[in-house]
Amino acid sequence: MFNSFKPNKIFAVTSKAPKYVLFLFIIILTIGLTEALILSPEDYKQSDVVRIMYVHVPAAWISLGIFSSLALLSIGSFIFKNKNFALIAKSLAPSGFVFNVIALVTGSIWGKPTWGTWWAWDARITSMLILALFYGMYLLAWKIYADKEQVIKVTSLIAILGVVNVPIIKFSVDWWNTLHQPASINILSTNTAIHPSMLVPLGIMTAAFALFSLLIFLMKYNTELIKVKNKGLDRL
Amino acid sequence: MINEIISMNGYGAYVWSAFSFTLISFTALYFVTKLQLSKEQKRFASKFGSLNVEKARAARSQNINREILSNTSNI
Repeated sequence: MFNSFKPNKIFAVTSKAPKYVLFLFIIILTIGLTEALILSPEDYKQSDVVRIMYVHVPAAWISLGIFSSLALLSIGSFIFKNKNFALIAKSLAPSGFVFNVIALVTGSIWGKPTWGTWWAWDARITSMLILALFYGMYLLAWKIYADKEQVIKVTSLIAILGVVNVPIIKFSVDWWNTLHQPASINILSTNTAIHPSMLVPLGIMTAAFALFSLLIFLMKYNTELIKVKNKGLDRL
Repeated sequence: MINEIISMNGYGAYVWSAFSFTLISFTALYFVTKLQLSKEQKRFASKFGSLNVEKARAARSQNINREILSNTSNI
C-alpha cells in the first residue's frame, strides 16, 4: 500500500515541487495581504486592529493541524513500522512550531489594544503555550538522540502525548470562562458568525499559510532524504 | 489613502508589527531551510565526486541519486 510513497519514487516529485509551490504561495499571499490590509472592512467594535486576525487565526489553525498530523504519523509509524512516516513528521514539525510562535506573538499584540494586556494566563493562551513546548520538545528530541530507533520512539511518544492538548485548545473557550470569544467558524455547519467580507480574506490567508507550510515541508523532506542518501554513500 | 492604511485608525503599530513579525518569521524559516538543503546537496556532490569509478557507477544506478546530482548542479 505504501510502496508508491517510497522516498526513492517520490523524490522526483518532491525535488521539483518547491519552485511551483513558492510561485503559487507568493501569488496567494499577495492577494491575501491586499484583501486583509486594504480591501476588507474594519470591525465596528475593534476597528482596524481586527486585521491581526488574518495572520493570528490561520497560524493557530495550521499549527494545530500540523501537530495533529505529527500524532497521526507517529501512530502510523508504530503500527506499520514505516520509517518514512517519522521522516515526514520530522519535516512537518519546524513549520508547525513557527506557526505556533506566530499565533502566540500576534495574539499577544492583538491582546494589548483589545484586552489591555500583552499576556494573560487564559485557558486558550496557556494551552497554546503548552503546544509550543511540545513542539520544542519534539524538535529538541530529534537533535539530542543519535540512535534512529530511539529517536523515533521518543518523538512519537511526545507527539502522541501532546495531541491530547489539541482538543483542549479547541474546546477551551467552551469549557472555561476565557478572554477568547467562542469559535466563530464551524466547518461542520454553514452558520458562521463572520461576514463573508472578512471570511474571504481569512480563507485566502489560510490557503497562503498552508502553501507556505507545504513549501517548508517539501524542502525539509528533501533535505532529510539527501541526508539518508549521504549516509548511503558512506556505506558504499 | 496611504496615511489611512499606515495609521489604521491609530492601531497601525499593532497591525503592522503583527504582519511584519509573521513575514519576517516566514522569510527566516524559508532561508534557514534553503540553506540546510543546499548544504546537504553540496555534501552529497562532494562525497559523490570522491567515489571511485565503480562505486560512482553503482551510486548512479539509483534514480534518486541522479535526481539529487541534477538538482545540485542548479544551486
